[in-house]
Amino acid sequence: MALDVIKFYRRNSKLIITVVSGTLLVLAYAAGELRYVDLSSALWIVAAIAGGYQIAKSAITQLRYRVLGIQALVTVAAVGAMLIGEYWEAAVVVFLFTFGGYLEALTIDRTRNALRALISLAPTTASVRRNGDIVVVAPGEVKPGETVIIKPGEKIPVDGKVVKGEAQVNQASITGESVPIGKSPGDHVFSGTINEVGLIEVETERSGEDTTLARIITLVEEAQEQRAPTQQLIERFSKYYTPAIILLSVVVFIVTRDPLVSLTLLVISCPGALVISTPIAVVSGIGNAAGHGVLIKGGAHLERAGRISIVALDKTGTLTRGELEVLNVKAFSGTPEDAIFKAAVAEKMSEHHLGRAIMSKVKAGSIVPDPGDFKVLPGKGIIATHEGKKLIVGNRMLLAENHFALTPEQEAYVEGEEDKGNTAIFLIEDERPLAVISLADAVREEAKGLVEGLKKAGVKKVVMLTGDNERTARAIANRLGLDEYRAALLPEDKVEAIKALKKEGIVAMVGDGINDAPAMAAADIGIAMGAAGTDVAIEAADIALMADDLDRISYTVGLSRKTLGVIMENTAFSLLVVLLLVAGVLFKAVVLASGMFVHEASIFIVIINGMRLLRYGMKSASKPQKRAKGGEEAVVI
Amino acid sequence: MEAKEQKKVVLMLENLSCPDCAAKIGAALKHSKGVSEAEVLYTTSKVKVVYDPKLTKVENFVKIIEDIGYGVKEIKPLN
Repeated sequence: MALDVIKFYRRNSKLIITVVSGTLLVLAYAAGELRYVDLSSALWIVAAIAGGYQIAKSAITQLRYRVLGIQALVTVAAVGAMLIGEYWEAAVVVFLFTFGGYLEALTIDRTRNALRALISLAPTTASVRRNGDIVVVAPGEVKPGETVIIKPGEKIPVDGKVVKGEAQVNQASITGESVPIGKSPGDHVFSGTINEVGLIEVETERSGEDTTLARIITLVEEAQEQRAPTQQLIERFSKYYTPAIILLSVVVFIVTRDPLVSLTLLVISCPGALVISTPIAVVSGIGNAAGHGVLIKGGAHLERAGRISIVALDKTGTLTRGELEVLNVKAFSGTPEDAIFKAAVAEKMSEHHLGRAIMSKVKAGSIVPDPGDFKVLPGKGIIATHEGKKLIVGNRMLLAENHFALTPEQEAYVEGEEDKGNTAIFLIEDERPLAVISLADAVREEAKGLVEGLKKAGVKKVVMLTGDNERTARAIANRLGLDEYRAALLPEDKVEAIKALKKEGIVAMVGDGINDAPAMAAADIGIAMGAAGTDVAIEAADIALMADDLDRISYTVGLSRKTLGVIMENTAFSLLVVLLLVAGVLFKAVVLASGMFVHEASIFIVIINGMRLLRYGMKSASKPQKRAKGGEEAVVI
Repeated sequence: MEAKEQKKVVLMLENLSCPDCAAKIGAALKHSKGVSEAEVLYTTSKVKVVYDPKLTKVENFVKIIEDIGYGVKEIKPLN
């Protein structure tokens, strides 16, 4: 019982002391107004003791450990003030110190909510199939290879692969994207995500501390601990500032014999606002990012990302989805659907990704028969027979070899397609050209708003790096409004391209984190996209976007820039306060209590300014319009 | 020269309210016997201490931190 009281006191000591000494202050003030001068003085003294006792106690303990803390300085100031009869000043100084500390602790605590929210997402139980039974265990006890069963509404307890069933899974905890994603056998799921609809069985690949969620939590914690360069600078400054002010206080007393000025100097000798200005911004910024599925690996990266002026992006898989898609079908005779069907018959047996793209365009429900016989001509196309007719599906080279000539209109159409960056494929039936099928590695839907979003976030130049040929690269760069492109690059050329760009400004390289790892490492900031589940990518990147979503790049750049801005504002403001305080004290404009007030108020302002970063969100305008996976699109003619 | 035995422990603290307290805890721990490294992570309210288990023990760190006026929530040995 007594122990509980002590515990309660310890936990709420600052609040209790604030309330008690605050009440005493009010009483003392009231007594003063009512002209009970002695009672008022007595109450000021009691208030000072009630408020200052704890401060003095911890100051003494600290001194025992040979540490000179701000508590000791405040104690000296308060005791000194009482000795020269300034009871009011003493009482208010200790009250403001305790009250300020309480408010600060309360507010700062909110910056830690982001991480706490992440931790609370961790699953608590797992239903595992063992020896024919289903047993419920802690998620960390599930071994790789074991099968877990997840019912609708349950949290997925492990990282693994769906082996049975279909489900809609909300992956917001990992990717920050709350639109549920369809999962079927073969798809990967993450621990901490929620099965909204459907019953699935998952073969465990990683559990407990090895899961993506656990790794994100660890990385966010480590990131928040890393000191940003500005913080290191400030810490070095504070190290000298406090002793310098104490020394000044002594010198001033010796010279002027004015105890009030010396004691006030002690009160303001700890540059609290300055010390807290950067970490509060970094913690809020990294916390906000984590909630949006963006992992920023530390304050240094965050500050540097705030200075990005050039964004370089890999094309395949970053700006595009990395898979070929049929864009247009131009039929010279018959319907486009018919042309796709015939091309699909010819391509059915081919392993080529071009064939897969055509196959996926066949109307749902229709069965594509096997071709009579078929021959692959590598790099050119396919010749097959179907219902007694000869089908040729191939490119210009195949066309030339077989001496087909296009009419001028057909030729013009094909050139137009190629200038758009598409690959044109011809379908020929018994020597008669039937159709031209245009394919391209589809540009992501969000890519169209990318340049605008980045420019709005303050980026000066957006550059595409690609191994593709000049024509395709130019077409895509024009369509997306990119400032520049570098085509026909080998991976090592990308590194050179980044090095060249770095001469113009701070460069971020966006890629998949695996093939582009060297270019990302060469850049000032490496940003990996779709990093969830790929440790290599998370490892290689300075900033990892868990979702495979281009919109997060603008968000990340915007957030970093805003964070850097807050750091600058906070630092400038704190330095100004420090200067004004010292000047104010020396010119006697600021005395004990008002000094403490400015000191505490400035800390509070800096915290509130830093916490604005917690509310920074993705612009609703640039929200991605999710396309259905493999959705049926009308054939454009 | 034989390497001294070193152990590492992480103490999770009740929320630190200001970087100043963090600095104090770090300094006090560093001054105590057997501690070769003490880093206070203000942003996540953690203290990492590297120490020689022959000279000191984790209980001493808890006492120092509590003496200075902060609570220890959890102790996590690292090796």
